[in-house]
Amino acid sequence: MSMQDSREAAMIGRRTDGTTVRRPLSPHLQVYDMMQMSSLSSILNRITGVAWSAGILLLVWWLVALALGEPAYQTAMGAMSHPLGLLVLAGMTVAAWYHTLAGIRHLNWDIGRGYEIPAMYRSGWAVFIGTAVCSALTWAIALFY
Amino acid sequence: MAQNPAINTLRSPLGRVRGLGSARGGTHHWFMQRVTSVALLPLTIWFAVAAATTLRGASYEDAAMWVQQPWNAVLLLALVGATFHHVAAGLQVVIEDYSKTEAGKLVGILLVKAICWLATIASALAVLRVAI
Repeated sequence: MSMQDSREAAMIGRRTDGTTVRRPLSPHLQVYDMMQMSSLSSILNRITGVAWSAGILLLVWWLVALALGEPAYQTAMGAMSHPLGLLVLAGMTVAAWYHTLAGIRHLNWDIGRGYEIPAMYRSGWAVFIGTAVCSALTWAIALFY
Repeated sequence: MAQNPAINTLRSPLGRVRGLGSARGGTHHWFMQRVTSVALLPLTIWFAVAAATTLRGASYEDAAMWVQQPWNAVLLLALVGATFHHVAAGLQVVIEDYSKTEAGKLVGILLVKAICWLATIASALAVLRVAI
């Protein structure tokens, strides 16, 4: 089958003398220290992206409830202002800010900037600290403004 | 000395002659993920500010009135569209990375796309119903 074949074809390379060689697989995830800045910030970007994908369904619920009428809207707002709902929204705020700031970091990489190791650590810490500050600020505004 | 032909693409020679990369497609998927991420920066911050100020604890009438503002309705539609395009693109990559079988990958991606399409249509219909 072509799907399998193209995958297999990608595994075959050529030596400089033209003979074919099976390409090596990259080392398994477990050989790396997953708590270093490079991998941790990358993994967190994926986790927060998936979490936010689930959390954004709350926005769909809110919009649909608003269109359905007041009782549905009150149910949605009641769920979201319940302590558990607030906890979910708080978690979503952190995930959203992390993914947003890490996204800016990625866009910077996409235009070819910030790849040096010291720059990578600086931007990584900026994302971590920025997430904490922006999340706190969002909830300070929501609760006290 | 003969110069080797320069290779300035990440696609394999085999993939290029077949017109297919390892992902069986070009860079469109990747590029649109970046485009939607740029669009989502202002849209998300706009909605986050609205959610934390106008919309938190808003009464039914106030919330409906907010959605009825022309700019808010337009930006909500843009937010929902860009969000679910980005969600579908992102979750597809996650599924491609972790699924062990082609069947699982196919089912997973189609399921994500179905949910994203339905969520987009439902949200857009809701916004229009409130706004119009």
